[in-house]
Amino acid sequence: MDLLTTTAQKSSFAVKTAITVNGSLHELEIEPWTSLLDLLRERLQLTGSKKGCDHGQCGACTVLVDGVRVNSCLCLAVMHDGADVTTIEGLGSETNLSPMQQSFVDHDAYQCGYCTPGQICSAVGMLHEGHAKTEDDIREQLSGNVCRCGAYPNIVAAVKHLMASGQEGTR
Amino acid sequence: MNNFEYVHADGLESAATFMAGHAEAKFIGGGTNLVDLMKYNVEKPTALVDLNRLSLREVEEMPDGGVRIGALVTNSDVAYHSLISARYPLLSRAILAGASAQLRNKATTGGNLLQRTRCVYFYDTAVPCNKREPGTGCPAKEGVNRSLAILGTSVACIATHPSDMCVALAALGATVQVTGSKGDRSIPFAEFHRLPGDQPEIDTTLQHGEVVTSVDLPAIGFAGHSAYVKVRDRQSYAFALISVAAGLELTDGLITQAGVALGGVAHKPWRNAQLEQELLIGKPANRDTWHIFQQALLAGAHGFGENDFKLKLAPVTVVRALEQAAHEGAQA
Repeated sequence: MDLLTTTAQKSSFAVKTAITVNGSLHELEIEPWTSLLDLLRERLQLTGSKKGCDHGQCGACTVLVDGVRVNSCLCLAVMHDGADVTTIEGLGSETNLSPMQQSFVDHDAYQCGYCTPGQICSAVGMLHEGHAKTEDDIREQLSGNVCRCGAYPNIVAAVKHLMASGQEGTR
Repeated sequence: MNNFEYVHADGLESAATFMAGHAEAKFIGGGTNLVDLMKYNVEKPTALVDLNRLSLREVEEMPDGGVRIGALVTNSDVAYHSLISARYPLLSRAILAGASAQLRNKATTGGNLLQRTRCVYFYDTAVPCNKREPGTGCPAKEGVNRSLAILGTSVACIATHPSDMCVALAALGATVQVTGSKGDRSIPFAEFHRLPGDQPEIDTTLQHGEVVTSVDLPAIGFAGHSAYVKVRDRQSYAFALISVAAGLELTDGLITQAGVALGGVAHKPWRNAQLEQELLIGKPANRDTWHIFQQALLAGAHGFGENDFKLKLAPVTVVRALEQAAHEGAQA
């Protein structure tokens, strides 16, 4: 059952929104108060992006919008008409990991894994931005992604490895 | 979050017209603060007017030698823009000291000016707050006030303005350009935010329906001597307990131009241009000068218990920022 769709059907507030997610175009009627995160998780069944705090404090919901990392919990979905969104599901698959995903595996960069999709999307966005040069830069520029398990040393190692290899983290 | 109508502004005039007919409508830019406040039911707009289709995304040089930053330029794009990092490093550093990369990528210049206090009582709809519900009271004065103001407070409110960017803009002496149904206005930065007085629910001098179109920087950017010192509970991704933006121009060791503003201490970035004229301009750039200046700048500061430590932290942070600005160039 698609909860958001059923509760939304009678609303006069819904806005037609065309949004590309992981390469697939979705033409939707969306309630203005639906966050991009809720759209992804509840309506498009893409549950890789996590709702940790829902207030932009933890970074578990981080996705790439037109290649730029943002907190999807603070984005209203209707404000993304025409946008190209990439979630963790769009970066790679279980059988075909992206370089950043593979680096996280190789460096044991997670424990419970809850923050990991956000960490990886954020790291990919950070490499694309190109402002991080040092390990301290990585720590500073990934500070918007909180890890309750404290896997930070290995997360930094995974990202540093990929940064040194000159790859951007996507395939 | 309450239900609300969502519309796009396709021009500044139509946006003003829509706002004139919707007293409870709000503009939205990046939404990183507004959407959060709506989730807490602190902000309850009946309609949101999305400004993102307006062409306010340029950073451009002005004929007077200054730089104009469009209201929709993101905080990240401002901080890393070559014109800003080269000529206004103080602004770049202040922006990058705030929030997280994800938030800076979304938050806009105009929205940063209009973000609201992070006072815990403002956010908690179960308790009184004069800023959120005028006339209900201010529990912060005898309560959780560690992060709150020591200057310019009123009986009604001791909230602080949370921005880092605005502290640098205050020190730089920026101008906020706005437009609305009554035409265009230029607001000096010092007059954009206001002290709480008996109307703490009003943060700025912006009128309902007016849109910030740009923030204009003056020609002098203190590129040679500036510092942003931010003291906070953790090294990254935390609001300032005290922050100081300091910019100086020096000739033969004497101060010829100065801008000093504090964050984390008041309802607005705290600057006193008259004291700068009296106690900094023409004076030698040394610790004696900084001490005399900070004593005057912080005169009248008082704490509310938990935030008493700021009375000791603010003076040393002012001195440290000025010392860094004078001797370490653009290092923060």
